[in-house]
Amino acid sequence: MSEPVTALKNASATNGIAEIREIGPLGMITLRGDLSAGYLKTLATKQTGVEFPAQRTCKTDGLNGLAWMSPDELLMMCPYGDAQTSVARMTEALSGKHALVANVSDARAVFEVKGPLARDVMAKLAPVDLAIDRFSPGMFRRSRLAQVPAAFWMPDAETFQIVCFRSVARYMFDLLSIAAQPGSEVGHF
Amino acid sequence: MSTRLATGGRLLNTAKPLNFTFNGKQMRGYEGDTLASALLANDQMLMGRSFKYHRPRGVVASGAEEPNGLVNLGAEGKFEPNQRVTTTELFDGLQASSQNHWPSLEFDVGAINKHLSRFLPAGFYYKMFMYPRAAWKHVYEPIIRHSAGLGKAPKAQDVDTYEHFYAFCDVLVIGGGVAGLEAARTAGLSGAKVLLLEQNEFWGGRAPVDGGTVDGKSTDVFVADLVAQLQAMDNVQMRSRTMGAGVYDHGYVLGYERLTDHAPTASGPRHRLWRIRAGHVITATGAIERPLSFAGNDIPGVMLAAALRDYVVNWGVSVGDRTVVVTNNDNAYLTAIALKHAGLDVPAILDARVLPQDSAVMQQAKALGIRVLMGHGISSVKGGKRVTGVAICAQAGEGAVLEEIACDAVAMSGGWSPVVHLWSHCGGKLRWDTALACFSPDLDNAPKGADGMGFVTPAGAASGMFPLDDVLHDAHAAADGVVTSLGFKLPKDASAPNAERREEAPMAPVWLMPQGASVKLREKVWLDYQNDVKVSDVRLAAQEGFVSVEHAKRYTTLGMATDQGKLSNINGLATLAGALDADIPTVGTTTFRPPYHPISMASIGGEARGAVFQPIRRTPMHDWHESNGAEFEPVGQWRRPYAFRRGSETTHDAVMREVTNTRTNMGLLDASTLGKIIVKGPDAGKFLDMMYTNMMSSLKIGKCRYGLMCSENGFLIDDGVVARIDEDTWLCHTTTGGAESIHGHMEEWLQTEWWDWDVYVANVTEQYAQVAVVGPNARHCLEKLGGMDVSKDALGFMEWVDGELGGFKVRIYRISFSGELSFEIAVDASHGQAFWDALMVAGHDLGAMPYGTECLHILRAEKGFIMIGDETDGTVIPQDLGLHWAISKKKDDYLGKRAQERSHMTDPTRWKLVGLETTDGSTLPDGAYATGEGRNANGQRTVIGRVTSTYHSPTLNKGIAMGLVLNGPDRMGEVIEFPGTDGKIYNARIVDPVFYDKEGEKQNV
Repeated sequence: MSEPVTALKNASATNGIAEIREIGPLGMITLRGDLSAGYLKTLATKQTGVEFPAQRTCKTDGLNGLAWMSPDELLMMCPYGDAQTSVARMTEALSGKHALVANVSDARAVFEVKGPLARDVMAKLAPVDLAIDRFSPGMFRRSRLAQVPAAFWMPDAETFQIVCFRSVARYMFDLLSIAAQPGSEVGHF
Repeated sequence: MSTRLATGGRLLNTAKPLNFTFNGKQMRGYEGDTLASALLANDQMLMGRSFKYHRPRGVVASGAEEPNGLVNLGAEGKFEPNQRVTTTELFDGLQASSQNHWPSLEFDVGAINKHLSRFLPAGFYYKMFMYPRAAWKHVYEPIIRHSAGLGKAPKAQDVDTYEHFYAFCDVLVIGGGVAGLEAARTAGLSGAKVLLLEQNEFWGGRAPVDGGTVDGKSTDVFVADLVAQLQAMDNVQMRSRTMGAGVYDHGYVLGYERLTDHAPTASGPRHRLWRIRAGHVITATGAIERPLSFAGNDIPGVMLAAALRDYVVNWGVSVGDRTVVVTNNDNAYLTAIALKHAGLDVPAILDARVLPQDSAVMQQAKALGIRVLMGHGISSVKGGKRVTGVAICAQAGEGAVLEEIACDAVAMSGGWSPVVHLWSHCGGKLRWDTALACFSPDLDNAPKGADGMGFVTPAGAASGMFPLDDVLHDAHAAADGVVTSLGFKLPKDASAPNAERREEAPMAPVWLMPQGASVKLREKVWLDYQNDVKVSDVRLAAQEGFVSVEHAKRYTTLGMATDQGKLSNINGLATLAGALDADIPTVGTTTFRPPYHPISMASIGGEARGAVFQPIRRTPMHDWHESNGAEFEPVGQWRRPYAFRRGSETTHDAVMREVTNTRTNMGLLDASTLGKIIVKGPDAGKFLDMMYTNMMSSLKIGKCRYGLMCSENGFLIDDGVVARIDEDTWLCHTTTGGAESIHGHMEEWLQTEWWDWDVYVANVTEQYAQVAVVGPNARHCLEKLGGMDVSKDALGFMEWVDGELGGFKVRIYRISFSGELSFEIAVDASHGQAFWDALMVAGHDLGAMPYGTECLHILRAEKGFIMIGDETDGTVIPQDLGLHWAISKKKDDYLGKRAQERSHMTDPTRWKLVGLETTDGSTLPDGAYATGEGRNANGQRTVIGRVTSTYHSPTLNKGIAMGLVLNGPDRMGEVIEFPGTDGKIYNARIVDPVFYDKEGEKQNV
């Protein structure tokens, strides 16, 4: 098998008010099911080694994590190479239960916006309250960035991680680079 | 002459001179100047020409309300017309030119219109251009187009960038004058998140110009202290150069930040559009002074009294050595006093009022030796391009001249109107304030939010409070009320600052000066300076029956210029009320709409231009296509290769080659864009039986079935191959454009109608790169890659299998949209390009070539396969297309079933799908209609069908087409006529839509 290639081969732009980088590939698994069910919580947390996330939050530990996507959907994150076996293991574990497990690692592109002004860049594109007391590490939003759907969270106080569809990776990269163009500091946060 | 004074100019930095040009003439100003103040300092009073009569126009105001001072600004990629001199900050190298004149500003041929003004009254255009009918297109329109508009249209592409910014706050305060600052301070003290916007670069509004003391401090010190206090508050954000442009439902407000208009060489975006969600909006937008209506009030040198004061105090500019002040209120006396203090002459103050005793400012003016004439007004202003004097008269009379006074400027004040625009944008009502003769916000009828409570509160002058002390207390109380309603609490010791009170005499409304002005004078009394609407025009409109203010506005064009009537509206409707003998509040106002002041179109677009105008979706192989001759076509937001051109080939040649090669050797199609939706659950089969017209629950694991999807109205909306993956999992392929909408369609039915069915769906379209390997050599190619058995026995037609091919983890579907032996192979997208490369290598000796969407279309048309969007257009049902075989008779129901039983859907005269073959082998024009006998009720030729797909088939070497034809399937062999738009009539024979390999032997090998 060939080596996996991300949409932009990990392109980066570092001349703006925040650093923009395509990262990944990252393992991502869609899990749809009854999020209140004990078996599902146990499975998801055991699989990832992180706590079960509450509404609009995510729990991450390195490359592993769980993000709340909707009342019946979780996003599981893991090293890219583990996704396939995880899907198989979980499908097996959930047999007989009504649930859907799908590997979506390749359907996505992942970006990082890093720096003290990362919030400025994000607030130009996402209609989300990004005030420091309203959005902080551990929280998770499914929203949009300009004209495309995107989900994001903060691994640390100065970094956003963004997930979007792979086909619009170029658009996302261009968008973030423009939003981070030199001289475009907002200074609102 | 207007000139720079030796002293004064509190906003100027005289250490920083700036050079600029006006109509090519070198001029000099200072940092802190507006273009208006700098032009005046250079004695450039004449700044443009009016729209209709090309009258000479000079600046009349000092802010956003300015109607006259509009210029072309910048050059090439930074050129922009209709820029307001009063809101343009001066910068070094600024280039401005005046507008709406030819050949020059000083001598303008169009000014002849003013001599024709008798023939150009209100409604002239409507009356004149009606007849003769033909003249509109050939005579009137070209002339009007040539003379229309003020500035020039930009020719070069805008070189600047723009952006949006989403902000959220508890309290949004619009306006950074003393009211806004105090409201922000008060709200800030409660701990609420406050965002304060100010359109100017400086804080404090006009309070420092108008003077007075607050808590014992002069107003400028008070403002400076207040700003410092706000800057120290963590929960208060302040943005200057940011105008509150519009207030919309749900506390949504647009702010317009001008980042580099004053520094065009700086990096970064030029404008930033703030998209704000506020818990509550406080409009501290101040008030605008009204002109007085007297003859010649548009002559350059006649200015608003407060503006004239601004130029002296803020920018150290004298508009003239001798200024006559004309007023109906006390406020204008401040101008006379300021001028005197600047060492300039004020020959007289003409006060239209007759007061029993002098107010404080009058006494002050008189003490300075100014002559004050009570009960007097201006009969007419003398001068052409510049004021030379005024003829004075009794306000109560008809304009008999009592005396002429030589002067070079006139400062007028007709009272003040609160800026109620933002209050009104979302439905805030107004009340008429008789004492101040103005509309102010009706606090009992605020714009209401979702909870039925008002979400906008005016503060200060914007709510009709004028004395400084009232302004501050009103702002404090407004903010207190707002934060309380939001659940915040002010500290106990929070209180409003106290300003020293000045006793003012009441103003007296003056809508015409003198009140009995004759027709001759009224024809020289301007209401709207930019659109040239005079008192006589409004009276004519009333006389002609335009009694509604909205109608009169459109008939006369009053308030329809780029200033949206900020100065003219109230005077205009008072004039209309006078003509109709009605009360002003009965006549009412026109509707205030956003934006408050024009904002750039580019700021609305934000970042969405150039490369990111719209998202373009790319497959994992997109780059390869791009570097291998692909000509792309948009399909949804994707770009798919239309054809891959080689060398000097034309696109048509390339398509023909691709078809022939695929039919004889092997073609590769990037099919990654097709939608792929997993449907899983105990009820998934039942669900799919509802979604598709055919039976999907009975599909065996490992098998594929082509399916049709209809809307609940029975119309065909999507099609594709469904594969049964396991006991409770199906994978549905959709069209490229349908992936997201069909996913949404499924979710909608599951969430709203069948919420109790156990089904989950997931859109995994982009997880896979999918390649169609098509043609007689397809199997050889796969065998060369090796790793799995792809023989007919191991993988039959309409079957799928998982495996490893050439080291790639794949799922192969043996399905065919071409009639050839065909495998659609899905690999994880991150390996898509590598897999494509491997296929190209393996297929090298087998004649492998990539093919595009046009080849795909020809291949499917040769086989009579329909295409969503070609054979369907939202009005076509599967029965029209002869797809009865794909409609299950066994099922009780599916989406669209009942609709398809409606009488119109079962009407035997519905046009039906057939093949079409021209009698001479030529290709039918796309979309052509077939004509029948006779004419319809409208006298048009009867139509009996239309072409839905048409191509030249290189395989059959002739034109082939499909179409929907009346009674088509019953008319096989008949020849019907298709008139083309080229004048030719195409004769086509009705045939079976399957042109090639009718038995399907080629795909089943």
